[in-house]
Amino acid sequence: MDWVLFVTQILNGLQLGVLLFLLASGLTLIFGIMDFVNLAHGSLYMIGAYFCGTFTDITDSFFYGIILAIPATAVVGVIVEIIIIRRLYSQDHLDHVLATFGLILCFDALVHFAWGPEGMAIPLPAILDGQIEILPDIVFPTFRLLIITTGLTLAIILYLVITRTRSGMLIRAGASNRTMIGALGIDIKTLFTLVFGAGAAMAGLAGMMISPITEASIGMGNDIIIVAFVVIIIGGIGSVKGAFIAAILVGFIDTMGRSFLDTFLKLLLSAESAETAAPALSAMLIYILMATILIFRPQGLFPPRGR
Amino acid sequence: MEKATRFTLRVKITVVIFLVLFFLPIYTGLTDNGFYLDLVNRLMILAIAAASLNLILGHGGMISFGHAAYLGIGAYCVGIPAYYGVDNGPLQIFLAVAASGIFALITGAICLRTKGVYFIMITMAFTQMVFFGFVSVEEYGGDDGLVIDTRSNFGSFINIEDNINLYYFILISLIICLFLIHKITKSRFGLVIEGSRSNEQRMRSIGFDTYRYRLICYVIAGCICGYAGALLGNFTNFISPEMMDWAASGELIFMVILGGTGSLLGPVFGAAAFVILEEWLSSLTLYWHFIFGALLIMVVLFARGGISGIVTYLGNRKQ
Repeated sequence: MDWVLFVTQILNGLQLGVLLFLLASGLTLIFGIMDFVNLAHGSLYMIGAYFCGTFTDITDSFFYGIILAIPATAVVGVIVEIIIIRRLYSQDHLDHVLATFGLILCFDALVHFAWGPEGMAIPLPAILDGQIEILPDIVFPTFRLLIITTGLTLAIILYLVITRTRSGMLIRAGASNRTMIGALGIDIKTLFTLVFGAGAAMAGLAGMMISPITEASIGMGNDIIIVAFVVIIIGGIGSVKGAFIAAILVGFIDTMGRSFLDTFLKLLLSAESAETAAPALSAMLIYILMATILIFRPQGLFPPRGR
Repeated sequence: MEKATRFTLRVKITVVIFLVLFFLPIYTGLTDNGFYLDLVNRLMILAIAAASLNLILGHGGMISFGHAAYLGIGAYCVGIPAYYGVDNGPLQIFLAVAASGIFALITGAICLRTKGVYFIMITMAFTQMVFFGFVSVEEYGGDDGLVIDTRSNFGSFINIEDNINLYYFILISLIICLFLIHKITKSRFGLVIEGSRSNEQRMRSIGFDTYRYRLICYVIAGCICGYAGALLGNFTNFISPEMMDWAASGELIFMVILGGTGSLLGPVFGAAAFVILEEWLSSLTLYWHFIFGALLIMVVLFARGGISGIVTYLGNRKQ
């Protein structure tokens, strides 16, 4: 086994994991509190990336770009919540799915209109563009390391907010019984809007952090959102802790599968059939993981209590 | 009285639609306009797919966001044998239906253990799995798709290499599938499915194993849609994983809702409205997806009965 590659891939898996967590935590919170399925969460990821690109262009600094783009994405989230999503809470899941699917089409067309059909490359500042030797012989891109630390820091902050603050208490209370906290005089409408905005900001941040690597493009959110769904299904819909563990798990398994599955299959199969089977199998690995977990735990690993 | 008028309007519309469909090739042949024939072919294939989705979504209350998987599986069951030079039509159709059925059985057995949002997301994820599976198989074109050189060969029965023959083949398939779905929904089996949608607990306490009924229904819908996929492969002569992109599944749901979930012909109206809207809007503007998306949101917020609901409404008003 090539240890340098192995450690690098562990870090890559972790990076994918924290990005997925940023997306999935918003999704799972929105579902947990409002019982709302938001397919258009991936669009906010895309919007975040494009905002970041534009603000980086204007201010000539990636940092300012991010600092401006986060509230901008949150504002977009809040506006969408107030105009459309708010009317949907009382309807059933099918309506949520259809309306947010419509939203995706609208967002994709709007981005096409505003930024053109081509992707948007976002340049990194020189400090982040290099590599760091993290262990002897193992170098890792600085920017990816930054993504990992940011993601983990945010996970800790989110944990503290949810367990230690008053708004976190409201969020937990809302997740276990919405009607009850409404009856206790809490303004749920505003709470919903704020949580939606926060979810949008986190999804947007994930998009901003990936775009210097992959560039911002139309539909970039549509593939990753399904993986984020897989994450919250595995974690248990509504559970932030579950989302975190599942995101890291999915990130690892996906990355490891893509890099080492063919080596592993060669132990079992002929080299030729391993070469053909490995790419298809590794692409399907996380879904197989999801199916296996669901067979034993239909509610996911950490189903939230009280529903 | 009220019921009678609604019935007549419905029957009138149905008869007119199928008469138009039946004579369309003569018109397009006279005016030499193959474009409309292609449009209607696509429409009818999507109508079969949407009708099969309506069986589980409308009647069974199982919101599958992954129904396009069967379109893809069916199409690949025509394409992959054709790639190896096997163009035996009945065999390809059998493969398409069987493979779709098996996929529906395996995934359905897992999906149906869950409910609500889980069900929606899991069906979506399984379709994405098939999507990525085909994307990464280089042998069959991967991302770029696969060209089908020969259409299914039905020997002396019918030669669908000819476009007019293919058209009638699809039209007859549509009628048979609709008839089949009609029979299923009106049967005892269909009533159990309907019952377990409105109150599963009650159905279970009467003594029905709702899980098994739903699973069978899910498999039947998969098989019918797989058949539509085989037709789609024959019609387009080209298959790519994009057919089972999750947007394609979303579009199928849109057709069902646009047409109205309650009725047999709803999905046909829905598919027709969808294909025509798509064609019309995309000729108007490059950003037609926006209008499309906005329309979708409007339908959800303001017109839950769909086109079929509007027909019912008009029928009631006329009396």
